Order: sequence, then structure tokens, then C-alpha cells
Amino acid sequence: MAYIDPHIHMVSRTTDDYQAMAEAGCVAITEPAFWAGFDRSSPAGFYDYFRQLTEVEPKRAARYGIAHHCWLCINPKEAEDPVFAREVMGLIPEFLDKPNVLGIGEIGLNKNSRNELTILEEQIELAKQHDRLILVHTPHLEDKLKGTRITMDALANAGIDPGRVLIDHVEEHTVAEVLDRGYWAGMTLYPDSKCTPQRAVDIIECYGNERLWINSAGDWGPSDPLSVPKCHVEMRRRGHTQQLIEKISLENPLTFLSQSGRFELGN
Amino acid sequence: MPEKTCPLSSQQVVDLYFMEHRAKLLDIAAFLDRLERADGEAGLADVRVRALNRAIPLLTDQASDGQADRVQKILELLSDHTTEPTPAAHTQSALGADPGTDY
Repeated sequence: MAYIDPHIHMVSRTTDDYQAMAEAGCVAITEPAFWAGFDRSSPAGFYDYFRQLTEVEPKRAARYGIAHHCWLCINPKEAEDPVFAREVMGLIPEFLDKPNVLGIGEIGLNKNSRNELTILEEQIELAKQHDRLILVHTPHLEDKLKGTRITMDALANAGIDPGRVLIDHVEEHTVAEVLDRGYWAGMTLYPDSKCTPQRAVDIIECYGNERLWINSAGDWGPSDPLSVPKCHVEMRRRGHTQQLIEKISLENPLTFLSQSGRFELGN
Repeated sequence: MPEKTCPLSSQQVVDLYFMEHRAKLLDIAAFLDRLERADGEAGLADVRVRALNRAIPLLTDQASDGQADRVQKILELLSDHTTEPTPAAHTQSALGADPGTDY
């Protein structure tokens, strides 16, 4: 079946992965700007990264009939130095009108520090000024609960419509609060951290299928670019309907992402 | 009692998932055994191991019987519950358990 992987870092993946994803039914992806596994030494490194996201990856994806979209930002792991972070943020407006840019993301917190929060607030303001969607990264492991709450407070303080924000990497201890406050929620399917396919399906069963999606967040670490279709298999073996699978993996991301006015499905 | 939101019968859940989770249980047991066979005491006192030892009883905590909230309770146990931003980020990585909690 046709599906969308709304969070995957294809700059870290091989072209073989594009082929495998296309064969599994992937018709569109969105790629948030993220940490490369090391700290970049200059804003110029981000300039080239933004070119890769807006010029190179769309062509690589198109060869397999997959529509490629992206989100731009400085990620929270490299936001502890506000001077550096602001230099990178200064590059973003130049790229915002590229046709595949959906919004600002994945912004958020990593260690929930004051500087990270300052840069998060400034990037929320950037999205607000340009009327763009926001994709939020929530912190890892022990920092997730606190960071999710601080992030939602920052968004509320800025007067952002929660219906235009996707809060990603939710788990059992954060999903209810995210949905209750009106945000969209993303579940990331990872082998060790975040959600397994089994737990993601448990969450769908417990919290419903509105404003909820699944993604692979495939990157350079332990991750699986085919985890979304593997989660579909998990849903099928529990007896969930094709209609529900399509709601989670096609209809919901299409509804949220279409608010950008730029999102399209591939061939 | 929680809503019956899983479309499978309880017997089907056992039939489908028991072997997978039997293996995971044995992995935890093997990890704890390996710790005891390893040299030194530091690992045994590590916050992650102390947190794990606090989390394991939650699997059979009678308070969770009929609530279906074991995952949520364990994730909350492993979380930082402070509310103010930290002064600075001194590391980029997370541990998996809160170093500020007295487990």
C-alpha cells in the first residue's frame, strides 16, 4: 500500500534504501534538519547541509518516485552556543522559499537547558513570522517528559496554533498530554529507544488514531528505514483494518503536511 | 478495568507474543548475571542499574493489575521530574535513567 514516512534522514541512508522504501510503497517523505552525529565546525557546514536537503535529496528521491520534502533549523544538540545557533538561523530564510521546504524543524530541546530553550523560542518565532508549520523533536530517554512539557509551554506562550505543530518521538508517558493540548503526535519506530512497532500499535489502540502518525526517523544510528511498513505488518497480524493502517500512515500525515501548501505525493 | 482496545483475544496475545517476551525476560536475567560476574562494583552501583532494579518490580506491581499502565509507570520512574530548565547542557547524550533521582 502507498504510505508516507514523515520523518527520515535520507542524507544518512544509501540509495538502496530509497529503492527498498519505494518497493514497500513509500510515496513521500519529509526530512527534518538534524544533528549529523558530530558538531559542525562552522555555519558554512549548515549552508551546505541545507543545499543537500533542498537540492540534492529531492532529485535522489525522485528517481524512485518518492516525493521529498524537508524542514530547516538548527537542531537542539548544536544550540547550546547561542551565537553559533543564531548564525545558522540567519541562513534559513534564504532557503525557506525552496519548493520542498515545509517548515521549521526538528526544533526542540535535548538536555532541557536554558540556551536550548532560548534558541527554541527564537525558532518558534521564525516559524511564526513566516507562517510555517513546526516539527518538534522531543528529548531522549530521561529528558523526554520534562522537555516535552517545556516545549509545549514555549509554543503556547508564543501563541502558536497547536494544530500546526507535530510533536515527535512521543511515548506512553507523553502521548496523552500532547494530544490533550491539541498538538499532532509522532511515534518513532526504533529498535532500542523510542517505540517498537508493537508499542506503537499499543499506543494507537489506547489513544486512538486522530492526530497521530508513525515514522522511522531512519538515520546514521540503529534505525530501520522500513520500520513503517513493518509496523503495518504488526497492525495486520493483530487484525486491524486496512482503513486504520491507511489512516495512520497516509491520511493523517497528508492532512497535517498539506497545511504547508507544498506537500505532494510521489508517483 | 481498561477498555478492551486490543482486537486480539488474551489467548491470541499469549500465542503470538509469549516466545518473544520470554526471550526478552531471559536477556534481562542474563544482563544481571553478567553484571555479577564482571569485575568491580561500580557497575552494580550505576544509576542505570539502580533504576532498572527499581523498575523490575513494577512489572508485577498489583497496583497496575487491571490498569494496563506498566510502560507508562516505568517511563515515569526513569524520567527527570524537575520543571525548570537546566543551567547548561554539559553533555549531548542521555543515560536512560535520571541521574538526579535517588533510585
